[in-house]
Amino acid sequence: MTEGLKKRFGDTEALKGVDLEIERATILGVLGPNGAGKTTTVRILTTLLKPDAGRAFIDGIDVVADPRRARARIGLTGQYAAVDERLTGFENLQLVGRLFHLPTSDARRRAHELLERFSLADAGDRVVKGYSGGMRRRLDIAMSLIAEPSVLFLDEPTTGLDPRSRLEMWDVIDGLVADGTTTLLTTQYLDEAERLADDIAVIDHGTVIARGTPAQLKSRSGGERVEITLRDPDQLDRVRALLGNYVLDGVHETVDHAARMVTVPVHTSEGIVPEVVRALDAQSIEVVDVVVRRPTLDDVFLELTGHRAEDDATDDAALAGAQGGSR
Amino acid sequence: MTTDAIPTPRTAASSAPAVREVPTGAGWFLRDTWAEAMRHLTATWRNPDLLVFATIQPIMFVVLFVYVFGGAIQIPGYDTYEQFVVPGIFAQTVLFGSAFTGLGIAEDMSKGFIDRLRSLPMHQPAVLVGRTVSDLVRNLFTFMVMLVVGLLVGFRLNGGIVDAVIATVLLLMFAFAFSWIQALIGLSVKSVEAANSAGFIWMFPMTFISSAFVSTASMPSWLQKVAEVNPFTIVTNATRALYNGDDPGMDLWWSLAWAVGITVVFGLLSFRKFTSTSR
Repeated sequence: MTEGLKKRFGDTEALKGVDLEIERATILGVLGPNGAGKTTTVRILTTLLKPDAGRAFIDGIDVVADPRRARARIGLTGQYAAVDERLTGFENLQLVGRLFHLPTSDARRRAHELLERFSLADAGDRVVKGYSGGMRRRLDIAMSLIAEPSVLFLDEPTTGLDPRSRLEMWDVIDGLVADGTTTLLTTQYLDEAERLADDIAVIDHGTVIARGTPAQLKSRSGGERVEITLRDPDQLDRVRALLGNYVLDGVHETVDHAARMVTVPVHTSEGIVPEVVRALDAQSIEVVDVVVRRPTLDDVFLELTGHRAEDDATDDAALAGAQGGSR
Repeated sequence: MTTDAIPTPRTAASSAPAVREVPTGAGWFLRDTWAEAMRHLTATWRNPDLLVFATIQPIMFVVLFVYVFGGAIQIPGYDTYEQFVVPGIFAQTVLFGSAFTGLGIAEDMSKGFIDRLRSLPMHQPAVLVGRTVSDLVRNLFTFMVMLVVGLLVGFRLNGGIVDAVIATVLLLMFAFAFSWIQALIGLSVKSVEAANSAGFIWMFPMTFISSAFVSTASMPSWLQKVAEVNPFTIVTNATRALYNGDDPGMDLWWSLAWAVGITVVFGLLSFRKFTSTSR
């Protein structure tokens, strides 16, 4: 979908060559901290911004050369609920339908369908000013779906929502998946990408630094590990021999004598806990605790970038500022 | 914490979505403009308070100028001060009315609505034309209210209906032109507050250093020179002459030229700013 996208704002290189593609009827999560280049990428793909270099296609249509045709196939939900709060929910939907040049009757029918589907049917004739944040967000997404786009862009759809609305939004996005809507979702929340996306592209400082399914990304940071804590640290070295079947080839356990803990990377954690306990018990090694650790995307991010996703805000403040300033 | 909800991979949908080409004929430009204009007019109709406050100020001006200053100000060539000042207040009212264009655009921008519109396959200029046309309709409404108030305080259309209609069209064209200046301001500033200041601040000197309320002959000579080249003076003089049944002379053509010129120049600048893809 994109090839080597580049964009510079003044002295700041916001995108240094971004390549992305989405499989039809899947969700691609573009994950990265603030200022990583997520929104810039979305703005290029939705024809709002021209790249300095690189190409981007929607259904094979070049978004730079033929923006009008590309626009007919996309839906955009940006970081703010872009709804006209002076109009009713139905009027907002109908307006966007008309501006997509749908026949009036189709626009009306779609508007009613979407109100129904996003649980806004009762509120459809009320002015949006009285809607809650979650309702506005749902209406916003409904407006993006009115012409059944080939690709839906959701740019940080849960940023600024309270936890309840956030869960509600996840359900809505799950519904999109079930309907087969191809979606590009940007997010700075790791749990969100993990929960919603089929594929994830991790983006940092304007480049894609990793790509894969959530499971693949997780296996990159070493996969699953078993942590065994013993009563007697002198016995730690005996543990490895007992776990031969499970330990990944060429990977070494780490032994932390102070914590009396040994950490062993394993192929699979299935059935490992009872086995470890039995084996250690048979050797009369006293076990304090056995824990299976599955890596989270937090671990992945740390592994890839050397910093936690959340710590990045200050790092990228300059970049975000430059981006904001040039709008 | 780890969730076990690893999505199951799906095979790519075998059927591509129906390929829909968007019709884009010139007729659609009018329909897009109409849809956008109706968006604003529906909203105005639904929240008339804005309109009411926009009308109260000029009504106050009419009452204050006619009754407070009216007795003290004699304008050569005019029997009553209201025949002189009411057309000036008409012109000021429609000019101030044009500021709504910039405010509205700045608001749409700050809420991300402009980004949504720019990502639609509609005719892009229709966003701005729809806005300025809706403000023109709003201005016509405000003008009608002002006309009634003017007639109530003793203002008379001495030039007859035809001249009055020509004068009114001229005023509205002038206001429409200034809507485009405001559109450019609204597209250029970063907040609604900034649009408010940037849109109004220059309109006070523009309307007061003019012939709208007093004869420019009473001003110091340097200020008189400023006032006489002020396009607002020119349009006020032209419409005042028409409402009073006098010959507007070259002022009519000059004010037309100003209105058309501003509309073309600022219209093009606004379109360019609107479709700019460097932001």
